[in-house]
Amino acid sequence: MTGGTGGTHTPDPAPARNGNGTAKRRTRMARELGLLLAIGTLVVVTWLYNPLFLSQQSVQDILLGATLLTILAVGQGTVIVTRNVDLSVGSVLGLSAFAVASFLTAFPGVPIVVGIAVGITLGAVCGVVNGALVAVARVPALVVTLGTLYVFRGIDFWWASGSRVDAADLPAAFLGIGRQSVLGIPVPALVALAVVLVAGHYLYSYRSGRELYAIGSQPAAARLSGIPVDRRIFGAFVLNGSLAGLAGVLYAARFGSVDATVGTGMELQVVAATVVGGVAIFGGSGTVYGAALGAVLLSTIGSALPVLQINQFWQQAVVGLLILLAIGLDKLLAVRTARRLREGRQHGG
Amino acid sequence: MAASSGTAEPTAPDGAIGREPFAATLGSLLRTREATVIGALVVAVLTASLLVDSFATSRNAGYLLLDVAAIAMIALPMTLVVITAEIDLSVASTLGLTSAVMGHLWTMGLPLETIIPLCLLMGACLGAVNGVLVTVAGLPSLAVTIGTMAAYRGLAYVVLGDRAVTDFPLSWTTVITGRVPGTEIPWIGLVLLVLAAAFGVLLHATPIGRGLYAVGANPEAARFAGMSVRWVKLWMFVLTGTVAALAGIYWTLRYGSARADNAFALELSVVAAVLLGGVSIFGGRGSLPGVIAGVLLFGSISNALRLARVPEEALVAVTGLLLIVSVVAPNLADRVREHRTRRSRTRHATTRTPTKPRTEQHTGGPHA
Repeated sequence: MTGGTGGTHTPDPAPARNGNGTAKRRTRMARELGLLLAIGTLVVVTWLYNPLFLSQQSVQDILLGATLLTILAVGQGTVIVTRNVDLSVGSVLGLSAFAVASFLTAFPGVPIVVGIAVGITLGAVCGVVNGALVAVARVPALVVTLGTLYVFRGIDFWWASGSRVDAADLPAAFLGIGRQSVLGIPVPALVALAVVLVAGHYLYSYRSGRELYAIGSQPAAARLSGIPVDRRIFGAFVLNGSLAGLAGVLYAARFGSVDATVGTGMELQVVAATVVGGVAIFGGSGTVYGAALGAVLLSTIGSALPVLQINQFWQQAVVGLLILLAIGLDKLLAVRTARRLREGRQHGG
Repeated sequence: MAASSGTAEPTAPDGAIGREPFAATLGSLLRTREATVIGALVVAVLTASLLVDSFATSRNAGYLLLDVAAIAMIALPMTLVVITAEIDLSVASTLGLTSAVMGHLWTMGLPLETIIPLCLLMGACLGAVNGVLVTVAGLPSLAVTIGTMAAYRGLAYVVLGDRAVTDFPLSWTTVITGRVPGTEIPWIGLVLLVLAAAFGVLLHATPIGRGLYAVGANPEAARFAGMSVRWVKLWMFVLTGTVAALAGIYWTLRYGSARADNAFALELSVVAAVLLGGVSIFGGRGSLPGVIAGVLLFGSISNALRLARVPEEALVAVTGLLLIVSVVAPNLADRVREHRTRRSRTRHATTRTPTKPRTEQHTGGPHA
């Protein structure tokens, strides 16, 4: 795959991926390259149509716009790989954003690092709740996180009780996170990039990361081969919760004004980005690089359509078609790979 | 058979032969998810009647029905879809698209008598698109319907933009919220009753309906038993699309407003009600009475809280908590029961040499 990692860690166990590893890896690579190509084409076409699309300011806006969705997609990708799903991320993001904003308003003297830690910790706690319910009570993740979607949002509503935090109330240093840039790249985008690289490296090179794929491919087999399935799934949910918390912090830093509705409906957008990015909805395959690129593609479409003077109302319909296209393509590739393998076996005897 | 496990009470072997199966049936009936949900509904309604002044009035019951009607309608076919181990997240978007198209056609000057059949037909087609993608193309319904959820909602915006069409004739909008003469029952209550009866008969009293459980529990076995799994699933999606469109027509006329964002995120409420009603997300298990009780439980709790002026936010949290408790509690109870049986079985095994444990009969069964 992408980063050539120093092979100091345990070799790829991939217990459930019997033999067809290379074929699968090739199709996975193809997905990331394809997404890059799609993003590149979209950017070039839009730029040719209106060169202002690639002005400094506009590029910064595009990068910032993609940040939140990318971070969430990395977390969601990690969870979906284990054949679970987390529908509560939009609510966690909203809760964390409101927590950070009201914490920093209530204690203006506190270093902003503490505020950031509060947001991430709160996200992690939400992840612990999800993970514990899924792993310990052995309840389907779709049902549990649909429930916690409402619960976390309810807590957010109850806490805010109609109020909102405005940018004027927040410390300037905190808002600076959302506005400063290094080498022309906004800080939040750099954070997102770091998240993608670290999570991608972890999933590809670490034993516990590989085990997530084994769990997603065949949970029963993973359990039998001695993988601590419950603990790994729990870990994936906690990671996802923390990332949603981080996204909440960045939301508050970027927009400044936060109320209880922040992040509503985000969960399905994130799942969509992850699926477009080639993470199979029933687990076991896909990478967080793909999920991140899916998020970038979806948000780039959002910024390109108005420039291309396409009715902005088409955006959601286009996203829907893209999802269908992506899963259709996955299916096609899987069928072709399976046929090739079958033929290969016949020829090889 | 009851004597083998430690939890079942020892039965007297003489006169109890006739009574024992009845007691056992009654006992197992009371332990089902449906009974739990219906019990919770009764408790909730009684508590609300005692604590909230205006809850137990026929007038309020009418409003409650009007409020839950859209969710209740869509929950019926959704139950069937979930029993076949699929899911349809695009229902609220189908509702929104129906509403948008209805508004658009109305501004073009078509009469509602023409618009309504057209909308129902469109709903069937939208459902068929889902069904074909799932059955013919073999794609996972969770992913497909997340895709069509975005696509249909997007098309709704394309059709109507962010406008609202509100000039529907009063004769239609008052009829839809009107009551059956002499009662406080709204007409939509009767429609719901007919729909629920139809779906109840379809699911519980026809070979196709019984077959849905087989399709959900074990599609391979269902195919060998002669079910056309794909065909059945396709029709379930068509049915869901049609009913979602019907709900869209109802929604538009009830609120007198056609908008692209009508019923946004309603799919989550529908799925929550279906799961609360005891339908397994893995398919093969669940029943319509349970789901209807689930819908009414959500509806009456939120209605009572609203009457008691509990802020809207509490409703959201209660919905979520109910859903979580409803799946976690039986799971934990199962695990406790399993644990206890295992312990008592090992105790049996140590006290007296076992008289051929049941497990051996079980494993022997298929070979015989």
